[in-house]
Amino acid sequence: MTKRYGKTLAVDNLSFQVHPGHVTGFLGPNGAGKSTTMRIMLDLDAPTAGGVRIDGKHYRELAEPLSYMGALLEAKAMHGGRSAYNNLLCLAQSNRIPRARVDEVLDIVGLSAVARKKSKGFSLGMGQRLGIASALLGDPKILMFDEPVNGLDPEGIHWIRNLMKNLAAQGRTVFVSSHLMSEMALTADHLIVIGQGRLLADTSMADFIATNSRSYVRVRSPQHEELKDAFQRAGLTAVEVGDGSFEVEGADAAKAIGELAAQNSLTLHELSPQQASLEEAFMQMTAGSVEYHAHHPGDPTTPGAPGPQWGPGWGGAPAGDDTEKKG
Amino acid sequence: MSSPAPVLQSEWTKIRTVASTKWTLLLALLVTVALGAVVSAVMNNTFDDLEGVELATFDPTYVSFAGTSLGQLAMIVFGVLVVGTEYSSGMIRTSLQAVPRRGLFYVCKIAAATALAFVVAMLTSFLTFFLGQALLGDHAASIGDENVLRAVVGGGLYMTLIAMLAMGVATMLRSSMLSLGILMPFMFLVSPILSAVPGAKDFARYLPDQAGSRIMRVVPNALNSGETPYGPWGGIGIMLLWVAAALIGGYLVLKNRDA
Repeated sequence: MTKRYGKTLAVDNLSFQVHPGHVTGFLGPNGAGKSTTMRIMLDLDAPTAGGVRIDGKHYRELAEPLSYMGALLEAKAMHGGRSAYNNLLCLAQSNRIPRARVDEVLDIVGLSAVARKKSKGFSLGMGQRLGIASALLGDPKILMFDEPVNGLDPEGIHWIRNLMKNLAAQGRTVFVSSHLMSEMALTADHLIVIGQGRLLADTSMADFIATNSRSYVRVRSPQHEELKDAFQRAGLTAVEVGDGSFEVEGADAAKAIGELAAQNSLTLHELSPQQASLEEAFMQMTAGSVEYHAHHPGDPTTPGAPGPQWGPGWGGAPAGDDTEKKG
Repeated sequence: MSSPAPVLQSEWTKIRTVASTKWTLLLALLVTVALGAVVSAVMNNTFDDLEGVELATFDPTYVSFAGTSLGQLAMIVFGVLVVGTEYSSGMIRTSLQAVPRRGLFYVCKIAAATALAFVVAMLTSFLTFFLGQALLGDHAASIGDENVLRAVVGGGLYMTLIAMLAMGVATMLRSSMLSLGILMPFMFLVSPILSAVPGAKDFARYLPDQAGSRIMRVVPNALNSGETPYGPWGGIGIMLLWVAAALIGGYLVLKNRDA
């Protein structure tokens, strides 16, 4: 689907599927088009082209949609002058959800004590919980949360993570957006990454981690050429990085390198194991979204391709040459 | 497909669970009745000062409805807030998730709010009439007099239609503040001023409030208010056209714009 606001292309030919039984993470930096996509899924916004089907139907064709698909878009999308209970009650009534269910979901999200309080006095975290309660109201098969951990305290974040996992374990479809990779790494089984409205990756979390969580050892020595020869003799693959240091794959390579340097009486100025974080991988992926898309649309291996792009001298020509040699 | 009954029930719950409903409707009733009572009492005491045309066109029913001009403003606030708070709170997105068929959502919301406005408006109208007549003493009209019942029922209709007009405008503008900022000065300033300007007078007669309020007069040019080219029901018809236009405009905006 595509969504255009005037000249701005918010969502550009985005296409993906979300399946039941998993937590699917919808990841992208701020302004990537996540919320717009979610609003289109709920028929709140009309797409400029394309459309969304939920089990073959448009959202607006669903009879009593809350029992089919529940969504949290914004924390405070409720009337502040109305109590939490009444805000949920009027939603429940419109979809013929029994009154008792309102008390039930308020209990699930831990708001029973403030059920009769006006929702305008709620903190962001409480508002978020109320929004989650409204999503759970119809006991739906499909759940969608837009940045659910926003405003929650650590205990609340922990709670929402477990809630999402449990909902997925019950066979439901859970679709959750975030701009934090670290958050997704803890909850999602599957990842859909977008940047500037385009699909950048549609991959399982396990694959994403395997591809992107590269560990390596950085080595720096004033005797650069001698060290390079030593590596070659020892059969170690060292990648030369632009600033004159080497990168050797594997977190436990440090021991071998240290011993190798000692044997050859080489001075080392740096010998440090490094771990590329998923957050870095995500930032790298979205920063250059346009370029990546042009070469390999939707190819999950492209943005996280191992190699000197991780080093400080990423993008330099010599580093590129080394990638070739290594391959 | 979702049916109207649950949606109506939901909209009714929305209306009855916010404080603004109670305050605006109570204010509409109190202001209309109280101001009508005051004007009626004053009229009764100064009746002997009336002369000529004013005496000839004395309309005790219309006198008791003097509070409508102010009470209708509270009715407008009610109509605006019923719709406007959906937008100011962001509730509209939650509401449309629950009822994605926007036409159904809109009709049920307007219907629930109109039903309540109708009940309050009729109550207001009869109260203000009977209290006003009681205070007019010897100059009072009776509900059994010719056209009086029509005027009293008409007063209730007028207040109801004013609330509906406000709902339509608020849906079109999607903002309580903007809607009140347009409707309040219009009812309070623009319409009365236009009707006083000789050239604009003929046009002003067709504005919704002026056309609609014709039905509250038992004497056609009550208190020297000038003849109208339409009768009481014709005036309500003109007002209905305005209301229909506002409601249809609201529907088109709701239907076609992103929420």
